[in-house]
Amino acid sequence: MFKLDERRENGKELRNVVVDSLMDLMNKNDKVIALDADLAGASNFNRIKSAHGKSFIDVGISEANMIGVSAGLSLTGYTPYVHTFAPFVARRALDQVYMSGAYSKNTINIYGSDPGFNAGFNGGTHTSYEDVAIMRSIPETIVCDPADAVQMEWIIKEFSNLGQGIHYVRGNRKSVRNVYAENSSFEIGKGNLLYEGSDLLIIATGQLVSEAIDVHDELSKIGISSDVVDMFTIKPLDTDLLLERAKNKRGIVTIENHNIIGGLGSAVSEVMAEKMVGVPLLRVGNEDYFGQVGTPDYLQQAYGLTSKQILSKVKKHFSF
Amino acid sequence: MFILKQEELQKLQKLAAHIRFDAIQAIKNVGQGHIGGSLSISDLLAVLYGKQMKFNADDPNWELRDRLVLSKGHAGPALYSALAISGFFDEEKLSTLNKGGTSLPSHPDHLRTPGVDATTGSLGQGTSQAAGIATGLKLRESKNFVYLIVGEGELNEGQCWEAFQYIASNKLDNLIVIIDDNKKQLDGWTDDVIKQWDIASKMRSFGFNTIQVKGDNLESIDDGIEYLKTTKDTANCMVLDSVKGAGVPLFENMENNHSVKFNDDELNSQTDEALAKLQSIYEG
Repeated sequence: MFKLDERRENGKELRNVVVDSLMDLMNKNDKVIALDADLAGASNFNRIKSAHGKSFIDVGISEANMIGVSAGLSLTGYTPYVHTFAPFVARRALDQVYMSGAYSKNTINIYGSDPGFNAGFNGGTHTSYEDVAIMRSIPETIVCDPADAVQMEWIIKEFSNLGQGIHYVRGNRKSVRNVYAENSSFEIGKGNLLYEGSDLLIIATGQLVSEAIDVHDELSKIGISSDVVDMFTIKPLDTDLLLERAKNKRGIVTIENHNIIGGLGSAVSEVMAEKMVGVPLLRVGNEDYFGQVGTPDYLQQAYGLTSKQILSKVKKHFSF
Repeated sequence: MFILKQEELQKLQKLAAHIRFDAIQAIKNVGQGHIGGSLSISDLLAVLYGKQMKFNADDPNWELRDRLVLSKGHAGPALYSALAISGFFDEEKLSTLNKGGTSLPSHPDHLRTPGVDATTGSLGQGTSQAAGIATGLKLRESKNFVYLIVGEGELNEGQCWEAFQYIASNKLDNLIVIIDDNKKQLDGWTDDVIKQWDIASKMRSFGFNTIQVKGDNLESIDDGIEYLKTTKDTANCMVLDSVKGAGVPLFENMENNHSVKFNDDELNSQTDEALAKLQSIYEG
């Protein structure tokens, strides 16, 4: 069960949430191993190295090798969690994730950090607006994009209960706005209906759930009532919730820090087309551009993903 | 210092011939397959499954087994033959190689075949998996060994060198890297495709305690593995100076012997003669 946090201020840094969650797991389970590819200083996995040295492996700058080593650890009964920047696992190590991981039914839990505009000063070379598209096209994967720190903690811990397979979570390293109250719990494959409305269905994922709530609040001021669904599990997608909430709506909006090709917007439109949901759809996200350098705030604006910009896209698209 | 007794040597010679026979027959039966690279590791597999490796064919996932990762997964037919002869499954099953619904796909799949320890085929990937298995065994304080078989053509893949750095840096002395230097890859001689220069020197410069042995010399292979198993606190590598198609002149002398198609009457009858010869060795 989840409860909304009404304060909406920034929570803990997500990297520290991941590290603390892993150390909680390690305290109970000596089969949990963390791996990084020379980014332990960036992910704060160094803290795991200090506190649980035997449960941490730095493979150096070799992401493909890291996934293979993780597969081998899985084959000997361990539960590996790996970190690198989102593009370096989804793009660079794709075949390893596919064959050594998913196809072999090995267990590898992956934290791909700084997706989309969070890449910030690392720039376009380090930006991934396609990681969800890549990861969700591999059979049997689970793909998550948490809204906040509370959900990230739940996901990291839940991954240890899922058994074999590739479980991917993307997320900023730094803090994002709170959506959920402490101790909220969730269910993989179930979207969370945060607000109920009658005009519009807004489906968001990741840290842009906060922006979706802003849009909901602003729309209500002009008499438009909207659902807000946090679709934190993009795969498996909660099609039941989507179809149920789409009924009698004037429009559907998807919001994601990802290319509109292949991510949440695609996943939702696939279901809508197949189930003949005859409701106009607006996909908000990166409209098929490469990443670039700048502060995350600058980049969020550059790709049209601030609350204000999303609101104006929605108003324009649906003539509100 | 050859430590094989005469009767052990004879047993391994028979086993190697039997592996060759089964692999060729399975490939011929399905019409085509990776003959050359299967034959070049047949003597190695005979030493591993006939003497060096700890396993329990009745309990393929036995905790205390040694592991084998065939990173050059296209040599799957040779591995399947070794596994079948060792009792992991019926030799008759080899006739299902690559047929729809088989448990013996061209490249090894640990989910389908008893005795296969890792899924391989996308070249290079077995190296890191073997490194991870060796790491896991060390963490568990296991005394078992991991044998990793890599092709010299496969060394074109960058992932091999990522894994080798990791293995050497972590001194994974429970992992023996075996490079099957059969001098040919799919597109021709390795020297003509991507020259490998001196593989043993490269491995030494990567931090491996490295030995070179003749790929068709059962005693040298066995001796080398004995030595590497007892060499601690370092990464260990054996470079097999082997011949693609080894042990069967028909295939040794065939120019394009990576994958052979059995769609020619003359080739089929020559292959039957070679099979009869192998059979006489292992049944003799």
